[in-house]
Amino acid sequence: MDADSLLLSLELASGSGQGLSPDRRASLLTSLLLVKRDYRYSRVLFWGRILGLVADYYIAQGLDEDQLAPRKTLYSLNCMEWSLLPPATEEMITQTSVVKGRFMGDPSHEYEYTELQKMNEGDKVYEEEIVIRIKEETRLVSIIDQIDKAVAIIPRGALFKSPFGPTHVNRTFEGLTLSEAKKLSSYFHFREPIELKNKTLLEKADLDPSLDFMDSLEHDIPKGSWSIQMERGNALVVLRSLLWPGLTFYHAPGTKNCGYIYVGTGEKNMDLPFML
Amino acid sequence: MHCPSTKEQLAPLCAPGINLSDLKEILCAGSCLPLLRAQGPVSGFQPQLGRLQVGLAERGRGAEAPPNHRSRISTFLDPFPRIMATGALHCFPPPPAEPRPGLLWRQDAATCRASRTQKSLRRPQQSNSTVLTPSTSAQSLSARSYLFVYLFVFFLIPSMEDSTALEQEEENQESGEEGRPWDDRTAASAQDPLPGLSESPESERGPDPGPQPGSSPPRSPPVGDLAGPGAPPPPPPPEPSSPPPALAGPHLAAPGQSDQTSSGIPEAGTPRPEHLQQQSSDKGASTPHQTCPSKGNAFQQFQQTPGHLCEPRGANGDTSKQGPRASIFREEDSESKHQLDGAEPELPSEPEAAPSMLEMAVQSAKAYLLKTSSASGLNLYDHLSNMLTRILDERPENAVDIIENISQDVKMAHFSKKLDTLQNENEMLPTYEIAEKQKALFLQGNLEGADQELEDEMAEPSLPNVMESAFYFEQAGVGLGSDEIYRIFLALKQLTDTHPIQRCRFWGKILGREMNYIVAEVEFHEGEDEEVEEEDVTEEKDNGESEGEEDDEEELPRSLYKAPQPIPREESRTGANKYVYFVCNEPGRPWVKLPSVTPAQIVAARKIKKFFTGRLDSPIISYPPFPGNESNYLRAQIARISAGTHVSPLGFYQFGEEEGEEEEEVESGRDNFEENPDFEGIQVVDLVESLSNWVHHVQHILPQGRCNWFNPIQKREEEEEDDDEEKEEKEESDYIEQEVGPPLLTPISEDLEIQDTPPWTTRLSSNLIPQYAIAVLRSNLWLGAYAFCNGKKFENLYIGWGHKYSPDSYAPPVPPPVSQEYPSGPDITESDDPSVEEEKAFREAQEAAALAAEENEESEEDEDDYD
Repeated sequence: MDADSLLLSLELASGSGQGLSPDRRASLLTSLLLVKRDYRYSRVLFWGRILGLVADYYIAQGLDEDQLAPRKTLYSLNCMEWSLLPPATEEMITQTSVVKGRFMGDPSHEYEYTELQKMNEGDKVYEEEIVIRIKEETRLVSIIDQIDKAVAIIPRGALFKSPFGPTHVNRTFEGLTLSEAKKLSSYFHFREPIELKNKTLLEKADLDPSLDFMDSLEHDIPKGSWSIQMERGNALVVLRSLLWPGLTFYHAPGTKNCGYIYVGTGEKNMDLPFML
Repeated sequence: MHCPSTKEQLAPLCAPGINLSDLKEILCAGSCLPLLRAQGPVSGFQPQLGRLQVGLAERGRGAEAPPNHRSRISTFLDPFPRIMATGALHCFPPPPAEPRPGLLWRQDAATCRASRTQKSLRRPQQSNSTVLTPSTSAQSLSARSYLFVYLFVFFLIPSMEDSTALEQEEENQESGEEGRPWDDRTAASAQDPLPGLSESPESERGPDPGPQPGSSPPRSPPVGDLAGPGAPPPPPPPEPSSPPPALAGPHLAAPGQSDQTSSGIPEAGTPRPEHLQQQSSDKGASTPHQTCPSKGNAFQQFQQTPGHLCEPRGANGDTSKQGPRASIFREEDSESKHQLDGAEPELPSEPEAAPSMLEMAVQSAKAYLLKTSSASGLNLYDHLSNMLTRILDERPENAVDIIENISQDVKMAHFSKKLDTLQNENEMLPTYEIAEKQKALFLQGNLEGADQELEDEMAEPSLPNVMESAFYFEQAGVGLGSDEIYRIFLALKQLTDTHPIQRCRFWGKILGREMNYIVAEVEFHEGEDEEVEEEDVTEEKDNGESEGEEDDEEELPRSLYKAPQPIPREESRTGANKYVYFVCNEPGRPWVKLPSVTPAQIVAARKIKKFFTGRLDSPIISYPPFPGNESNYLRAQIARISAGTHVSPLGFYQFGEEEGEEEEEVESGRDNFEENPDFEGIQVVDLVESLSNWVHHVQHILPQGRCNWFNPIQKREEEEEDDDEEKEEKEESDYIEQEVGPPLLTPISEDLEIQDTPPWTTRLSSNLIPQYAIAVLRSNLWLGAYAFCNGKKFENLYIGWGHKYSPDSYAPPVPPPVSQEYPSGPDITESDDPSVEEEKAFREAQEAAALAAEENEESEEDEDDYD
């Protein structure tokens, strides 16, 4: 959700029960403004909160002019002092995928993971336990990246791609209509398209290159990983990810108000196939 | 823009002097029609045509006002007939340094002759037509004149060729001289291309930027064109003052002539496009137009148009390298400026044949723009004019950046009108429906008997102060929006008003895939829960029926399997059924009472993990199968969550005094508690620091699915004696090991860890102002379960998906092993046949045994059990 309209956004996303306490809200409003200035972002998003056992991580993201350019991620434990996280790499993600369980809330906390590795020493083959230490900060980076790639979404038309390549906020976006808002095809993954290239020419025929340049949620796997609900008597559409429980996307049809927030444990719901 | 067919048709043209890019431009600027017309002559007499063109343009000049004619020529040469220019060049290669003068010169020479004849031929016809109502016969006239011209030129060619070379230099000088005076005289105009042509264009442009834009497009590269339209606004002020005389004078003086030309042009046959164009140009260049009378303008514009189209030709002689030129739109823009600047008096003398062709080009361009889209029914012309209107009305910042959006908006505005009837109405229905229902919530205070209820409630309020709790939860960073919570508050009030409820509280919200559940926990007044017993009866009936069926089939072999006795559910007001739960999907929708939970449901619910859909009657499809539908599953999960997460500060509750009986305590723990009137509160800091200051006040649910242990074996015996009696009785003797859970009001510090994860997280709501902060307790086992305590008050709340947390991924239980069909034993187990060796060995052994037996009768052989 846009840091500029934080209060309204929180109110709209409150249906999932995860809000912010007044002091957090106030400090975010103050500190994100400074973040925007200090890091020279054109737009700052309040991304959400990862619940730790000891403390919670508050996450914000900074965007450049090009909305699809890699986002800079910052975290804070007290909503005032923000630290920049390094960009996620493939290695990080594979490395941290072995870590299970909850976040602690301490970026320097180290998870220990013992791995059995086959060692060849001459003729002998034996297994040796290797303890891998993974810093929580690394895990945080990779989880945020995974969530961003999997379930960060925006409504169709909120961004447009200019003929020169960069993607901009569509200032004439006036919200989805009610009927559009109820369809998954009206929402896009807020990331560089992956599936779009695999589409056939026939499927691409009706796409508007300036608007339909991202993957829509329609063909997300597993199917049914989104819960789409109309709340407040059709005045608000709320999408909740079942794959990453805690991610709430809200949009008031007919208005520009839209955004997503993640408040959760930072764990993927691997049980989804059993739960549908 | 252009159709391939014309391109093919034009292919032969390319050979002599036209390159493809030129063709393309022509196609862009005009359309097929003029080209088709041009094709004949061009392919035949390429050079001649060029000259013809020029000649036609010059014709008038020779006869009447020379300076104006020059401008005329240049305008002529402007956008359209580059073919001709190239043709001309082909014929008379101009000096590389000064191509333009060369061209001009030739034009002069050619036109002198051409004009004379043409004029005489043409005059009478032209005079027939009137200003405002162009005759349709003009078309045929122009066609005829075409022929004349071609014939004429054809014969003239040889002599022209001879003369041109000689006259070239003279002409250059001449044009230079003429250009200036003319410039001064008209003080206007874009239309002074002549100077531009004869002299260096740049120097000429410097002094009078106002007129420039009109004529500049053809001469300057595209970039210049773009700049042109931007420039006009400043210049207009001076212009209007000077041009008007020029406009008015000539036009008034020779209206007939000017009109003649226009009427002589095929365009006249289709007046509509002109008007539209005029409109658009009005918008495009509003300032210039203000000075001109609208009607006259249309025709002026006409006359100008051809000139304008022609102009680039001349220019192209040397600027053809500059690449693709202005698009139609741009040309039209400049056209509109021409209108102002180039309102020359000498229009009447304009050559007939060539203009008609050029005008055809413009005309067909317009026609193209006006072509109605088969898909949307719109045309580009109207659309562009609407867009410009809108831009000028709204004056947005950086209009050029958002031109696409404006275009889209204009289109959308066009369509929205059609769509606003039925569809929207349907869509909005649910919105109104829920609003209508919620309206009832807000009006319920006005219902009859409200006063009485108020008095009752004062005595013993059944409705909790939801808003107060919500405030505290908000401090903790949990909870729904204040708007939603207030609606829930109202809905709870409705619930307490319509049901005999003693106590009520907002339990929480369970998220579903399609809808969510708002859950209210209530306690009825004594003796008000008849429904529960009814359900009991129906269950018993079911049992009776199934037994009856078994009796009927007595002859058939009966299964020896005897299902384990179902563990009876706990009576209402005890154990897991202590409270009754109501749910609704949204505040304002009806409250639905959930059925009581049975132990079997709780046991099954522990083994499955399913998302709620939001529809109570939807089936639960799972393995192991769940006994019941979603309402039962929901009820089971609520019971589990309550048992796991409902906590209170130590000392808030105390055990009731009546529970003195030893037996009960031993067996089920004390299950009665009451508020401690002497509770003095606990320091918030203590609550945060030590989990032992929090206690469970909801009974633990045993693995059996009940809170109070029930002995199934005892039950079975009972059942044999008396089938009907199903009510559980507290058994004193245990045959199997009793399941024991932690007793009520056990501190949560004794809760089990979830694989190294502490089950609870405590926190102060605010570290900034700790003095007034409250203690917040978050369950890590049931994500979404929270409790707060500010020292004296506490509340529990659950908002989540209704699933228990597990660090490991869920795996459904494996199916039970396949049951045996019959007991296996040596009697029925097939054995392998003995091999020959075995038989031999056996026989030998037998013989030996027999021998031995003979010898020693007492001994016994052991090899008998040989298989």
